[in-house]
Amino acid sequence: MKILVAIKRVLDYSVKVRVKTDHSDVDLANAKMSMNPFCEIAVEEAVRLKEAGVASEIIVVSIGSKAVQETIRSAMAMGADRGIWIDSGEAALSPLTIAQLLAKVVQAEQPSVVLLGKQAIDSDDNQTGQMLAALCDYPQATFASKVTIADSKATVVREVDGGLQTLQLALPLVVTTDLRLNEPRYVKLPDIMKAKKKPLDTQTPESLGVSLNNSVKMIKVEPPSERKAGIMVPDVDALINSLKNQAKVL
Amino acid sequence: MTVLVIAEHDNQNLKPATLNALSAAQQLGGAIEVLVIGSNCQAVAQQAAAIAGVSKVKVSDNAVYAQQLAENTSQLIAKLAPAYSHVLAPATTTFKDVLPRTAALLAVNMVSDVMAVVSADTFKRPIYAGNAIATVQSSDAIKVLSVRTTAFDPVSTSGGSAAIEAISDLFEAKQTQFMGAEIAKSDRPELTSAKLIVSGGRGVGSKENFAIIYALADKMGAAVGASRAAVDAGYVPNDLQVGQTGKVVAPELYMAVGISGAIQHLAGMKDSKVIVAINKDPEAPIFQVADYGLVGDLFTIVPELTAKL
Ligand SMILES: Cc1cc2nc3c(=O)[nH]c(=O)nc-3n(C[C@H](O)[C@H](O)[C@H](O)COP(=O)(O)OP(=O)(O)OC[C@H]3O[C@@H](n4cnc5c(N)ncnc54)[C@H](O)[C@@H]3O)c2cc1C
Ligand SMILES: Cc1cc2nc3c(=O)[nH]c(=O)nc-3n(C[C@H](O)[C@H](O)[C@H](O)COP(=O)(O)OP(=O)(O)OC[C@H]3O[C@@H](n4cnc5c(N)ncnc54)[C@H](O)[C@@H]3O)c2cc1C
Repeated sequence: MKILVAIKRVLDYSVKVRVKTDHSDVDLANAKMSMNPFCEIAVEEAVRLKEAGVASEIIVVSIGSKAVQETIRSAMAMGADRGIWIDSGEAALSPLTIAQLLAKVVQAEQPSVVLLGKQAIDSDDNQTGQMLAALCDYPQATFASKVTIADSKATVVREVDGGLQTLQLALPLVVTTDLRLNEPRYVKLPDIMKAKKKPLDTQTPESLGVSLNNSVKMIKVEPPSERKAGIMVPDVDALINSLKNQAKVL
Repeated sequence: MTVLVIAEHDNQNLKPATLNALSAAQQLGGAIEVLVIGSNCQAVAQQAAAIAGVSKVKVSDNAVYAQQLAENTSQLIAKLAPAYSHVLAPATTTFKDVLPRTAALLAVNMVSDVMAVVSADTFKRPIYAGNAIATVQSSDAIKVLSVRTTAFDPVSTSGGSAAIEAISDLFEAKQTQFMGAEIAKSDRPELTSAKLIVSGGRGVGSKENFAIIYALADKMGAAVGASRAAVDAGYVPNDLQVGQTGKVVAPELYMAVGISGAIQHLAGMKDSKVIVAINKDPEAPIFQVADYGLVGDLFTIVPELTAKL
């Protein structure tokens, strides 16, 4: 059984983003970039399914400029077997276009399970997996916190607003990961070395027959409104007094 | 121009998040219709019909829609969507699941988490955990939008008398079977619509210790929230997580207890009207967004606060 994992390279979660002064964009110059944390969880889940003997091959795919090759190598160091880089240059792609590109890869590879992060922590769209499932006409299990695969079926526990929901879905399917699905492993140096030798195929939107038209244009990017500085109170009585008489929220 | 708002509900009651989505819909201009998809959900349709400004309620009431699974509800919405200029729903987990699938079926993009309507085709939305606000313009014929509920005041639940129309299109979700749900039952106010919230973090230390957070919340009539660290450690269930990847809240008062104030947590609460931080570390970043900060041990402060309120 093959597993396909879509991974995105994003600004590292620990870095606070800055907006450019001309409001055209955020400033990513020289910023630390990493694999989207939810994608790391997706790769980890695939590797665990392989270690458990459920999956036989893990393919990772990433779309973007040359730099995403590094992200693909990180996934290989975690245990993915081979990679596909879709070279889209510096273009700003919408989730629909990304899903269309991924659908072509799904068509070619015919994986039983497609794993994605539930959300990329830069654009925060939370769309791509669901769109891919629609384009492939696959069932979807989003926000997964537990995945069990047996007898050509997946049983997935999902994190929903009210608590947890369990679905059983036929394969092939799309799963998007939530935070508590697993804790990704730390990669070891020998695995990083081994990853360098794993096969990495290059595709382009043209080779896949997908045009990059984007119907949603980013017009400007602004910093959020700042909260004005507050005060420190010395004790509980002062706090209660402030909340009752100044803020009037109690 | 007619806008379709999809109702968030549990087959019995319309959820307040729908009222925030309706408020965003009003800012777009044009007539507003509401779509209720569910099973034995006529009561919800009636509640929607009573809302001022709703011109029609469409209701698709069938057992196949009991769980509002993405696979079939997205097909139903996509079938109806071409009659509308905009399809909106609150950014709850139901519609985070359903709407992108709907948009892909319609071959359009989607705008997630709309926090301001600039015009009928231009919207503001948070990116990078709310550390940047993007203004985006959509040229799609049908605009599919999810609405950040905290950014729009709810509309009133009364004053209207819309006609209710039954929709008979049936789509089944053959590949997906609902097995069960563990829905947290609580007498406390619901987190996303609560006026007062007390949230606990890793500093609370254990599931047992969380009792002091619940006690304070109950004294105040507040909802309880938590940081990711507290959920990951098993102190509280996942539905209490506030943040970039949990729930977004904006109550009148948010009390952060033993929470450091990581950007991912701030993303979910920094639009609260008043923020109180209780933390033993005076350098904790939470104090930078707090209106009132109190440095000290939460295990003495919280019980004292509960006793004195
Ligand atoms: C400064 C800036 C400018 C932008 N300009 C525009 C613009 O003009 N128009 C516009 O529509 N968008 C624009 N974007 C959005 C950007 O292109 C998004 O990355 C894209 O829309 C995908 O959204 P997402 O990553 O939030 O998707 P999500 O749906 O949140 O991602 C979920 C999952 O999908 C998978 N995935 C997502 N992207 C990839 C990828 N590249 N390769 C492999 N897997 C992937 C991953 O598994 C990920 O975890 C801009 C973003 C920024 C930060
Ligand atoms: C992809 C991703 C998504 C994330 N999404 C979210 C999210 O949605 N929501 C979220 O909350 N986090 C999220 N996080 C995690 C976030 O980065 C932080 O790790 C988390 O918020 C920390 O929780 P905390 O403040 O409770 O714990 P800590 O950072 O450990 O802080 C505990 C605080 O308690 C204080 N304390 C300890 N003991 C006491 C005492 N006795 N009295 C008073 N104070 C005390 C300490 O001084 C400290 O400030 C995400 C992270 C990633 C990578």
